[in-house]
Amino acid sequence: MAEFVMPQLGADMTAGKLLRWRMNIGDRVQRGDIIADVETDKADIEVEIFASGIVDKFLIHPGEKVPVGTPLALIREEGVTVPAAGAVPPLVRTATALAPVRATALAPSIAVSPPAVAPFPGRLHISPVARKIAEEQGLDPAILTGTGPGGRVTREDVQRAVEARTAAQEPPDRQTRMRQVIAAAMARSKREIPHYYLSTTVDMNRCVQWLAQENTRRPIADRLLYGVLLLKAVALALRQVPELNSLWKEGKAMPSADVHVGVAVSLRGGGLVAPALHHTDRQSVGELMKQFLDLVQRARAGSLRSSELSDPTITVTSLGEQGVETVFGIIYPPQVALVGFGKIAERPCSVDGQIVSRPLLTATLSADHRVSDGHRGGLFLAALERLLQEPEKL
Amino acid sequence: MSKEEIRAVVLRVLGRIAPEADLSQLRPGARLRDQLDIDSMDLLNFVIGLHKELHVEIPEVDYPKLATLDGCVDYLAGLLKAA
Repeated sequence: MAEFVMPQLGADMTAGKLLRWRMNIGDRVQRGDIIADVETDKADIEVEIFASGIVDKFLIHPGEKVPVGTPLALIREEGVTVPAAGAVPPLVRTATALAPVRATALAPSIAVSPPAVAPFPGRLHISPVARKIAEEQGLDPAILTGTGPGGRVTREDVQRAVEARTAAQEPPDRQTRMRQVIAAAMARSKREIPHYYLSTTVDMNRCVQWLAQENTRRPIADRLLYGVLLLKAVALALRQVPELNSLWKEGKAMPSADVHVGVAVSLRGGGLVAPALHHTDRQSVGELMKQFLDLVQRARAGSLRSSELSDPTITVTSLGEQGVETVFGIIYPPQVALVGFGKIAERPCSVDGQIVSRPLLTATLSADHRVSDGHRGGLFLAALERLLQEPEKL
Repeated sequence: MSKEEIRAVVLRVLGRIAPEADLSQLRPGARLRDQLDIDSMDLLNFVIGLHKELHVEIPEVDYPKLATLDGCVDYLAGLLKAA
């Protein structure tokens, strides 16, 4: 019997809320099937299963919020008989021993000010109306701050306390929660990862020219964006400096055998996610472009899959379209590197001793000094620049 | 196809790209990119959407002509007339 647990979809996720099951008891599932929808602080995610078998039991009901790692369902291997009624499998007991965390745990605790100096020690200084409202609302008048004459607790004081409690009990909206989890992940990154930063200027002339020509022969739906060339070049450059394609786990870098580039996607209404383009290094730019379009569309529509959030081995962020020249990115743990791209701008540069105008791009690397040093980072940027001089080979 | 019909198609395609936007507030002469916060991927989806709805081929070199709502309508009207 295998447990299907609440997955961790990124370092910033500690809990998830089960929205609905996509399967029924007795259904046959295969590795990669979407089995449930889960709400995280950033987005609603289609969660895939990583075992094959028969759905034997649901341990969590839709609407429940549980910590990462909590068993959600049991998956029975095909051909294995169901235990007799009354015989409780040990795994079920393990699952129920984990108390679910309710959504209200996210709500900040109510900050109650200490009472003002009590004019009459031992006696509560409160108006009768205020006392009545406090009692009706279940508030202890002794903890309220009085703003009336001599520190007297007034009706307005009680009403303010009621409003403060209501506001504190309301779960923050998605946007607020997203900012909180981004802040938590970035603060952790800055606290734990000794970043170093390198940058280089890339002549994009060949890419721009090749892309313009290539797109004239492609059907509209198959046209390429230069961003996909950058993604593919990053993935191929990682093969030459593979330590940047690692995850930091249990105090050491674990190199990843696959290259899954996470693409930072800004969401309409604010916030961002960085889902993976799986096997970025092994796909043609045409295939990557199709997946890139689909990924961004689904990210903005809120229908990403769990593996897309849990699998990135490095993140690429491009802010050139916003006019940004240089990106100094913060690494997304447990990744150990991030590549940033600014805008492509026509600038003067020297080519074969002549000053010419060229479309130039600043590429930056933010990397983890526990895993690599500036020399290796520099080799990565040099490889990236070299790859972008031969776009037809990407 | 009249310009009003073309405008309706353009707005419908834009609505799919920026579903949160209030398109009735679009200033027809102002840049769509600035008003709707659209990027190059949105622009590509916009061109693909127009191609599906109007069966027009819009070359990349003509993308600047799609910068504003009025520009889109005029450009597409010319393209459809020439077809």
